[in-house]
Amino acid sequence: MTVKTLTINGQMISAREDETLLEAAQEAGVHIPTLCHLEGVGDVGACRLCLVEIAGINKLLPACVTKVAEGMEVNTNSDRLQKYRRTIIEMLFAEGNHICSVCVANGNCELQDLAIEMGMDHVSLEYQNPKRSVDTSHDRFAIDHNRCILCTRCVRVCDEIEGAHTWDMAGRGSKSHVITDLSQPWGTSQTCTSCGKCVNACPTGALFNKGASVGEMVHDRGKINFLFNARTKKEWNF
Amino acid sequence: MELNELLEITRIEHDQTKPVQVRCCTAAGCLSSGSQAVKDNLDAAVKAAGLEDKIHVSGVGCMRLCCQGPLVQVDQESNKESKLFEQVKPEDSVKVIDAIEGKETNLKQQDLHQPFFTRQLPIVLENSGKIDPERIQSYIAENGYQGLYQVLREMKPSEVVETITKSGLRGRGGAGYPTGLKWATVAKSKGDKKYVICNADEGDPGAFMDRSVLESDPHRLLEGMAIAAYAIGASQGYIYVRAEYPIAIKRLETAIRQAQRLGLLGSQIFDSPFDFKIEIRIGAGAYVCGEETALMASIEGKRGVPHPRPPYPAESGLWGYPTLINNVETFANIAPIIRKGADWFAGIGTEKSKGTKVFALAGKIRNTGLIEVPMGTTLEEIVQEMGGGVPDGGIAKAVQTGGPSGGCIPASAFATPVDYESLTALGSMMGSGGMIVMDQTTNMVDVARFFMEFCMDESCGKCIPCRVGTVQLHDLLTKISDGKAAQADLELLEELCDMVKHTSLCGLGQSAPNPVFSTLKYFRDEYLALIR
Repeated sequence: MTVKTLTINGQMISAREDETLLEAAQEAGVHIPTLCHLEGVGDVGACRLCLVEIAGINKLLPACVTKVAEGMEVNTNSDRLQKYRRTIIEMLFAEGNHICSVCVANGNCELQDLAIEMGMDHVSLEYQNPKRSVDTSHDRFAIDHNRCILCTRCVRVCDEIEGAHTWDMAGRGSKSHVITDLSQPWGTSQTCTSCGKCVNACPTGALFNKGASVGEMVHDRGKINFLFNARTKKEWNF
Repeated sequence: MELNELLEITRIEHDQTKPVQVRCCTAAGCLSSGSQAVKDNLDAAVKAAGLEDKIHVSGVGCMRLCCQGPLVQVDQESNKESKLFEQVKPEDSVKVIDAIEGKETNLKQQDLHQPFFTRQLPIVLENSGKIDPERIQSYIAENGYQGLYQVLREMKPSEVVETITKSGLRGRGGAGYPTGLKWATVAKSKGDKKYVICNADEGDPGAFMDRSVLESDPHRLLEGMAIAAYAIGASQGYIYVRAEYPIAIKRLETAIRQAQRLGLLGSQIFDSPFDFKIEIRIGAGAYVCGEETALMASIEGKRGVPHPRPPYPAESGLWGYPTLINNVETFANIAPIIRKGADWFAGIGTEKSKGTKVFALAGKIRNTGLIEVPMGTTLEEIVQEMGGGVPDGGIAKAVQTGGPSGGCIPASAFATPVDYESLTALGSMMGSGGMIVMDQTTNMVDVARFFMEFCMDESCGKCIPCRVGTVQLHDLLTKISDGKAAQADLELLEELCDMVKHTSLCGLGQSAPNPVFSTLKYFRDEYLALIR
């Protein structure tokens, strides 16, 4: 395995050749915000929060799927990037109905954390107020589509870790939404194993354990990582 | 199949030629105005007059001047002047026969010496309107499949790539990437299998170039794809064509079947070790599936959404194998380049944009239809001379090129020669070749809003900037259009356009703000006039 050396925000770092910029940055202690990225499942480069500037390349590239290269000069934190990231978060707040005070994930929400990190004090875009539903047909879990940011973590974790592929996407553009089976109520799903991995993977309060009241929703990410490491690296320690 | 068998088909085809050829356009445009009935009646009229030995009626592809359809062209051995009849009704068939016999008619006849026709330089469309797209013999008689023979029997794959590189051909799908370089990259990529894909998912509003090639001359595409497959080492090809093109799909199916029957597709083509099969994949009608990574996902049977590049298809494409994706028009240029040589092709066009380009002229213009002109023809020549300008004394204000990814070019810049670089410099792009002419009555904010609505509807929803950004931009444009916007909204519009352009995942989102940018650049006063 060859080692590559590159600079991130002017700091020299070394990385294994198969590492992504995001992994290399995390190892070096550089924080790059992400939403759709979830350790243990495949990356899709969809949320665009981890976009970085690379010297000599005109386009901004997503750190989660861009491999390190020798001599790369990466900037993860320019004013321009920060502005774009803040707009992305604002767009999400404008798209769904994210009212933290009545959300089960209040205080345990990645979207909320990022809004705080970006210093977002209001939403300067028009709220879209879409008509979205809530599905409480499952015995143990529920989904509130109003809080879904379409990161597809649930889709990927259900497919790649649990192997059930209960979740998928339907609709296009602003009408995109996650579905269970062929858009059947979750409670009637024939493929759902009720393992709860999707609930643990969800960055917001869209997927939640029934009965949990506001602020109680704790996501146990460790479980997903444990399964991933156990399968791919044969590491069994939690 | 051997070369002499090809030539024998050609000979028989020419021997059977009757003294009078009546060609009736059966491409989608004319069909939609009833040309099938015209052709059937012409057949019947010829039979009734007992002229079957003398007159041959055939259904052919597009004859370009779509606005005047149904079109019927008559070529007579005894009379060198071809006649092109326009707006032919089914009941006019007897009049057409009368005209052939030299009698007076009141049929509307189009002047074939007008610039719309004389300025064209058909390479891609050389057979369009001439041959019967449903008969392979008709294509073979026009030197069809000779390029493929030449390649398989006389050239090494690397020589084919070199020829295409030397010709200077660039991708006709819009971005203008050098075709030879793309082929060379796929040829060099390592893989147990390789694929060739033809992107026939044309979906820009106002664009119908690819549809016309598919409907008028499908074998040209198959031959181009086979040559490409040989050059890069692929044995399987796919044509990804949109379901909205049923006639094109039917004719492609017929063409593939005919080519297979003659051994021009399948195993050991022209008794060489080269095998190549082509299958059709029908798209369900998502604009984003024209984006290559989304297109491949769709062929694989997955949801048609793009994924980040790299890896590029040339390295890891369909099912992870090296894949060559080219547009219909790009493949349609291949056989003539092989037959006539790279230098011939490189001698046409401008320094950096070689060959010709097919454009679909539409909008407020007298002659709407298809044109194929050498690269470097100016917009003035296209709009005013070939297109005949705006009807009813109107004045052209702008021309929109490149569809939702392109922009509006103001009349003041009509002297610009059409090539990849100069259109990009104007803030528009070549795109696949749609050209929509607008006159003084057009409101440019409306135009921008129309294209943003299109992008909003067609966004796949995967990445946030495109999914939410296009909705926000559309709402802002509506607000401006309704006269309810303030200066701050215009600033927000520009800010969001910049953000959507630079952060979106694929070409759809990255180029969605282009119509806004270009209308703001040239027609800012129209925006300002609407702001309180």
